[in-house]
Amino acid sequence: MSETTITKDAEDMARDFDERQKRIDDAIALRKPDRVPIIYYTMFWHASYAGITFKEAMYNYAKVSEVTKRIVLELKPDAVAAPHRATLLGPTMELMGYQQLRWPGHGVGENYSYQYIDREYMKPEEYDDYIEDPGWFYLTRYLPRVADAFAPMAGLPQPASMQHTRLVYLTRFFTEEVAAGFSQLAKAGQEAQRAFDSASEFQVEMAALGFPMGQMATGPAPYDYFADNMRGSKGIMLDLFRRKDKLLAAMDRATPIILKGLLEMAGQNPCKIVFLPMHWGLDGFMSPDQFKTFFWPHLRKVIVGLIEAGLVPLVLWEGDCTSRLETIADIPAGKAIYWFERTDLFRAKAVLGDVVCLRGNVPASMLNTGTPQDVREYCKKLIEGVGRDGGFILDGGIGIPDEARLENVRAMFQSVRDFSA
Amino acid sequence: MLEELVRAIADMEEELALQLVRDFVSGGGDPQQVLDACRDAMDLVGKRFEAGEYFLPELMLAGDLLEQISAIVKPLLVGGPQASVKTAGTVLIGTVHGDLHDIGKNIVVFMLEVSGYNVIDLGIDVPVEDFVDKVRELKPPVLALSGFLTLAFDSMKETIDALSDAGLRDSLKIMIGGGQVDEAVRSYTNADAFGLNAMDAVSLCRQWLAA
Repeated sequence: MSETTITKDAEDMARDFDERQKRIDDAIALRKPDRVPIIYYTMFWHASYAGITFKEAMYNYAKVSEVTKRIVLELKPDAVAAPHRATLLGPTMELMGYQQLRWPGHGVGENYSYQYIDREYMKPEEYDDYIEDPGWFYLTRYLPRVADAFAPMAGLPQPASMQHTRLVYLTRFFTEEVAAGFSQLAKAGQEAQRAFDSASEFQVEMAALGFPMGQMATGPAPYDYFADNMRGSKGIMLDLFRRKDKLLAAMDRATPIILKGLLEMAGQNPCKIVFLPMHWGLDGFMSPDQFKTFFWPHLRKVIVGLIEAGLVPLVLWEGDCTSRLETIADIPAGKAIYWFERTDLFRAKAVLGDVVCLRGNVPASMLNTGTPQDVREYCKKLIEGVGRDGGFILDGGIGIPDEARLENVRAMFQSVRDFSA
Repeated sequence: MLEELVRAIADMEEELALQLVRDFVSGGGDPQQVLDACRDAMDLVGKRFEAGEYFLPELMLAGDLLEQISAIVKPLLVGGPQASVKTAGTVLIGTVHGDLHDIGKNIVVFMLEVSGYNVIDLGIDVPVEDFVDKVRELKPPVLALSGFLTLAFDSMKETIDALSDAGLRDSLKIMIGGGQVDEAVRSYTNADAFGLNAMDAVSLCRQWLAA
């Protein structure tokens, strides 16, 4: 290949990148793009596509990059949510002795998705400890319960209680066991860096091929931060009655910490889309009043904080959120993406069309069990109905399900080319 | 007093309900009457859930409150709970193989139990053979299959196919639920019905097991 051809190719790729990025940017800004954009997102479908095990998809960095690249070159999405940071976790989780997940080859079969273990990781009486000193609570209570390497830290005293000559006596808590824990964490850290590097290299490679990233930093709603990771589903729901003031105070404490973490994470990356998946605020999981009190105000602070920093919150509203639509309309217009799993997008468009770019929502059941014709018709309706005037990105309900039929995925990606001219 | 207890439970007034129970039994009240009041209260909770006034957190709190009340009154029952309480029928339930989720299933179990059904819970990640063996052994009129992940679509289908192959399908009503389950999944798995929440499961059982 001559040098001019390479330059020509690079120019084409750069132009493709800009075109795709503009298509996404237009959709976010509620302008009408040249056609409806589509983003590639999955947890483990690339394993099914390439015929590798889910276990390999959690352990083999190079393989995941290779098969995802093959998929991207075939489907030509407008942006790619690289599966790396969500799935290439196996080696590091083993080294740290991570307890909140069971993953393929480690508690579930080699061809199953990883699964979260819903337990109480923070006791009901510990809200005050969190509120007083979240960092110390994390180091000595939460982290030792969720990862073996942190277990020796459970005995550390609150360092902020010590000063001057007492610091001499602080050192005696840093025992051989604590040192061994830190040493194990250093091993995990090196592995995590390898996983992180593979994600960064993949991002650079994708950009060179003309494909922007679909999301990068990821964080929780403050309510989910306590529900998923600390109190467990039962604990948090009981707290709505028994400890509502403590829960609110703890979320007040956590919200700026979550936001700051996201700003730091996102600030290091050219991709401005920040992924916020919602788990416990959907219809049925709490009343509209509970949503307005315990879920939305703190989440809104995160969303608005991200927008003010020039970032684009991508909020995945799992399940059906129809009763929330009016409430969640209260954000700056044209600055975010709301991705709905089961909420009727036509209804969402009517309420939120002037406020936020919508994304979704070909059902997982259709992608897994339907026909390409089913998918085409469904996508056509969305593209022509919801996407007609812009402000819409086509995708599955939660991306491409792990078991989706290839011909159905192809039909979904073809539909934006066929129907949004 | 018992009316007040029914109201307190149904209105989620936990402290008051527990105090009323303690006062009632320490005053020599019949513990069985407390359990009957709990059932009446749960009828109200179920109705409010169906009416869209109550949501999952209320079911969780009611479940936890009932456990606390049971712990107070059950040791006082002579000869255990009255055997005269008739069960409305047996439901076999479990999360299909490959899926470890049980939050939704546990809520369904709880709502079926308080609605008078005898629920046999096989737990999570239940192999196809276990469902087949248990259906053969117990001959329940209703089987409920739960699953949160999309992989559960195939696990549900495999389970129901195996029941058909074993000649056990015809006498059995099968409901599925959880996660992204919908009509397309019902049709794919050949289940009789799907449900979006725990009260759907109760309604289906009432429909199927009506005398």
